[in-house]
Amino acid sequence: MPFRLPFFPEQASSFAHEVDALTLWLVGMAAFFTVLIAALVLVFALKYRRRSPDQVGTRFDESPLLEIVWTVIPLVVVLFTFAWGAKVYFRLYRPPAGAVEYHVTGKQWMWKTQHPTGQRELNELHLPVGQPTKLLMTSEDVIHSFFVPAFRVKADVLPGRYTTMWFTPTKPGRYHLFCTEYCGAEHSRMIGWITVQEPEEYQRWLASVPVAATLAEQGAGVFARLGCRECHAAGSEAAPALAGLYGREVLLASGASVRADENYLRESLLDPEAKVVAGFDAAMSTYRGQLSEEEILALIGYLKSLPAPSTADVAAPAESVMR
Amino acid sequence: MSAENQLPATHYLNATSGLRSWLLTLDHKRIGILYLLGVSFFFLLGSAFAMLVRLELLTPQGDLMSPDTYNHMFTMHGIFMVFFFLIPAIPGVLGNFALPIMIGAKDVAFPKLNLLSWYVFMTGGLLTMYGLLTGGVDTGWTFYPPYSSLYSTSAVLPVGIGVFVNGFASILTGVNFMVTVHRMRAPGMTWFRLPLFVWGQYATSLVMVLGTPVVAITLVMLVLERAFHFGFFDAAKGGDPVLFQHLFWFYSHPAVYIMILPSMAVISELIAAFARKRIFGYQAVAFASIGIAVLGFLVWGHHMYVSSQSVYAGVVFSLLTMLVAIPSAVKVFNWTFTLYKGAVALEMPMLYAMGFIGLFVIGGLTGVFLATLGFDVHVHDTYFVVAHFHYVMVGGTIMGYLGGLHYWWPKMTGRMYSPFWGKTSGWLVFVGFNLTFFPQFLLGMQGMPRRYHAYPAEWQVLNVLSTAGASVLGVGFILPVVYFLWSLRAGKIAGPNPWGARGLEWETTSPPPTFNFETPPVVEHEAYDYVTPAEQRAAGSPPAGTH
Repeated sequence: MPFRLPFFPEQASSFAHEVDALTLWLVGMAAFFTVLIAALVLVFALKYRRRSPDQVGTRFDESPLLEIVWTVIPLVVVLFTFAWGAKVYFRLYRPPAGAVEYHVTGKQWMWKTQHPTGQRELNELHLPVGQPTKLLMTSEDVIHSFFVPAFRVKADVLPGRYTTMWFTPTKPGRYHLFCTEYCGAEHSRMIGWITVQEPEEYQRWLASVPVAATLAEQGAGVFARLGCRECHAAGSEAAPALAGLYGREVLLASGASVRADENYLRESLLDPEAKVVAGFDAAMSTYRGQLSEEEILALIGYLKSLPAPSTADVAAPAESVMR
Repeated sequence: MSAENQLPATHYLNATSGLRSWLLTLDHKRIGILYLLGVSFFFLLGSAFAMLVRLELLTPQGDLMSPDTYNHMFTMHGIFMVFFFLIPAIPGVLGNFALPIMIGAKDVAFPKLNLLSWYVFMTGGLLTMYGLLTGGVDTGWTFYPPYSSLYSTSAVLPVGIGVFVNGFASILTGVNFMVTVHRMRAPGMTWFRLPLFVWGQYATSLVMVLGTPVVAITLVMLVLERAFHFGFFDAAKGGDPVLFQHLFWFYSHPAVYIMILPSMAVISELIAAFARKRIFGYQAVAFASIGIAVLGFLVWGHHMYVSSQSVYAGVVFSLLTMLVAIPSAVKVFNWTFTLYKGAVALEMPMLYAMGFIGLFVIGGLTGVFLATLGFDVHVHDTYFVVAHFHYVMVGGTIMGYLGGLHYWWPKMTGRMYSPFWGKTSGWLVFVGFNLTFFPQFLLGMQGMPRRYHAYPAEWQVLNVLSTAGASVLGVGFILPVVYFLWSLRAGKIAGPNPWGARGLEWETTSPPPTFNFETPPVVEHEAYDYVTPAEQRAAGSPPAGTH
């Protein structure tokens, strides 16, 4: 690999080299200006030191040329730095469409994780190497922050909404996971490990963990238990159909439209009157307080697993579309 | 002019006597001394908390105190240092003492408001102390909800109210300085003849008056949320915890400039005085202060790159933050080139000024690191951030404050301190400071999160270095207390102008009379009009540098 900076953690994700290259530029730029200024100050202070008590400086205190030079050069340097940093940032926060989604729930003072295949872990997350991985995260109490130094990624984990991060692990190994948003007494113990394995090894690990149902199946169970289908059956006039909803633009009664992402689905469960779908009455009551964060995540996982009905048979029952 | 070896018969310190004459004084110089006592007390308190934090981090296990106690320690360190030392120190002490004299005024525009500001400051401090004694607070100085509003069991209310009250002291000082600079300048003291210290204080006052009300409102919202469950920041009630961060940083980022601008203002005075030369690019330096004050209001979102803020907002805030580097760089280059062809004397306050430039350059450039989106994500909320803001706050603000205190001390008291012990303490501060905080950059790059009571063992070596540095730094900070007190009794008589500097404050006696000047001054020259003895004689006034 091209280089590894001293005092930097291992490079174990697809971002590590990008962030480290940016760091190298920043360190070099800072070292150049620090040495330049320090040298000028020391040289001038010694060369022009006062030799008699009455001595005063030679008057020289204006130079438009110099002022322009030391305004324009730093400006060019910081704009270049800005553009480079923004480019890396866009990549960091834009997961590719094919990323496999894992769920993370923060809670004083632990990390609860769940695989798409249903396995749950505590303060641990096993991942296969080379797989673009997206984390969908929320908190049950205060603000936490999910940080894996070896991956160079971090995102705050907030109560009442979802945040995401993504990365591709590039190297098998065990990497530190830290909470980096101060969250109370045991903040410094809210740590864990990310274990990156070869794909076959990961599959063996998955098989070794007993699991009753995949995430979507668990969500389907919640869906059935709550009786959501009574109103949300395909073709129903009481409530909008849910198959293929995820990711679509939804036209609201207010005339606005919203993208049906995880935060929208969550809000519609907990605060159904906030964004009523055009053509329907605000008839649904809230499920706030009746569902755990994990159940909400499972339910959303189930909704996301429902394929969109083909345009020809929109009226067909959801079951037939699902085969 | 008074004899060289004795103090003037009457001056502001002995014009009246008794405790009452101090507690009810309207003299800006005495109020400066009152502030000096107040901020020194809170600084020593804040330092004690810092020492306990560093001692805990000597070992990775977290064995000296409980996690809960540790969380109280770093919180109280931050709160006392930020709100009760860094923000009030330079305006309250040096600004109050020197600003009116430097513009040739006999006092500030509103002497009673000035005294009130000190009482408000002390009331805020005592309320916070009360919070400390009734259990302290463990939220971090940033008070982020929902931890501070719903989960913390500590004394958030008294401390929040204490900080709220203290804000009014800033507002009063800011209003007072602005009106004073507008209305009280001596005849001939035009805006572009003002010493740069005054420009810097003016820019600071602007931020204090415009920014502080926002943090006041934010703290009121937090108190309502915690005491009466209003729900502004509670997601379960439709509120937004990140809203607090926006409101808090809308003040608290400009507050960083409330801390650094006055220090930059001091540095301009020191560089000019000890190079005996007019500041290079006077107007550029003056406008850079205003530029920093204005830009400072537009960058708060850079604290929220990883807080779920929109990616596009992050980009805008990153760009605006980068622009702050420009006026900062302009100042640094102008100070540096002031030394060129100067007559540089490496006196004690000048060492602080040179130390300031070096450390502020590192603090400022690492600010560019953090403004860079892709890099910030990795080091956000790690020790890299801790190191960065200590380079700005300690390396910048405190170096400037100590430099200014050593520069004006002979004017404040009429006596000199020991130059030997002064230089010794200056070197201890510089070396101790770098040893404390440079390793923290490396810890942050390795990923050590801030506000950790225990940490993985591989980070111990750098933490031990940092704690060792903090001990040296502590000695460097205690020494001035000793030799300043010593100088009050036994220090050499300074005379009106011990540094041979230009500026109205050096034309009056040391200490100055209550109304600053025997005869109201009339200004006929530019600031920093250092001229050769031959030119001086031609103009008919005594040359600079003779005393």
